[in-house]
Amino acid sequence: MELAVFYFFAFLALGSAVFILLTKNLMYAAFALFLSLVGVAGLFVLSGADFLAITQLMVYVGGILVLIIFGIMLTRTPDKTDDSQSANRILLNSRRRFWGLTLSISLFLVLIATITQATFRLSGMPIKSRSTIKTLGVELMTSHLLPFEIAGILLLVALIGAAYLALNRSPS
Amino acid sequence: MLTDFGILLLFILAGLGLLGLILGIGRLLRPDRPNPEKNATYESGEEPVGNANVQFNVRFYVVALLFVLFEIELIFLFPWAVVFGNEDLIQQTDGRWGWFALAEMTVFVGMLILGLAYAWVKGYLDWVRPKPAIPATESPVPAALYEAINKKYESKTVNKT
Repeated sequence: MELAVFYFFAFLALGSAVFILLTKNLMYAAFALFLSLVGVAGLFVLSGADFLAITQLMVYVGGILVLIIFGIMLTRTPDKTDDSQSANRILLNSRRRFWGLTLSISLFLVLIATITQATFRLSGMPIKSRSTIKTLGVELMTSHLLPFEIAGILLLVALIGAAYLALNRSPS
Repeated sequence: MLTDFGILLLFILAGLGLLGLILGIGRLLRPDRPNPEKNATYESGEEPVGNANVQFNVRFYVVALLFVLFEIELIFLFPWAVVFGNEDLIQQTDGRWGWFALAEMTVFVGMLILGLAYAWVKGYLDWVRPKPAIPATESPVPAALYEAINKKYESKTVNKT
């Protein structure tokens, strides 16, 4: 049963990733990214990282994806000649096969090398804990307190910088 | 833990299945006779000009950006909220755990409130309203003459009707 669910989510993640590669429509690619991220969240659950899965769903599916779709909608140059009957497709003009393939294969090799060379301390052990969120909370408040507060400062910097850049560069 | 998420998976599958069922039944039942009127972009019953392919207001992006940042703050609040009121931990530390956790989270949230206040004061949250384009006509005839003409014929039209 668990194996079937694993294969379902793995197929979901990989299949929609392949669809992103093959489709020319930018909007379809963004929606396929949604399915891909959901699949990765399911894989996180299956490896016992429940908090990470929820974070994945909230931040990437709920936040980053909306930003990506807004980005697509904001950077469109309006096509005045289109009439209201025509389909509203946002198509890619350039494919950049060579550089895309080179970059992704080299990134893939780096990741494969990292994963095969790493020694995981918990590999092979069965999942015992019911939920990781309590451990995370205690760790965040005790031994990882400084990184937690630094993350707060990082968020503050990101907030100010992002708002400044997003508005002061636009022509409007 | 997996069983809890198994329920969630059932919800996802049931959602997909029911949606597929309803749309499938609809597809079987409905007649398929498209015409240009039906295929047009619908917006509040207005006659559409062009298609929906327009550039959106940049403020949407800024609001979404702020939303993502505060969502990450929320993610940090979750594990804190689980252990904050934990009675075992409070008893082990003579009640200091709760105050400590509260103080730390106050500092964390305070920093982000500072950021929100900055964005608010700087006006990044204000919505840009599109300015109405008032048509300007450059006429050699002064506006007062038009007014005079209007006044002159005002009484006549009233009398006619």
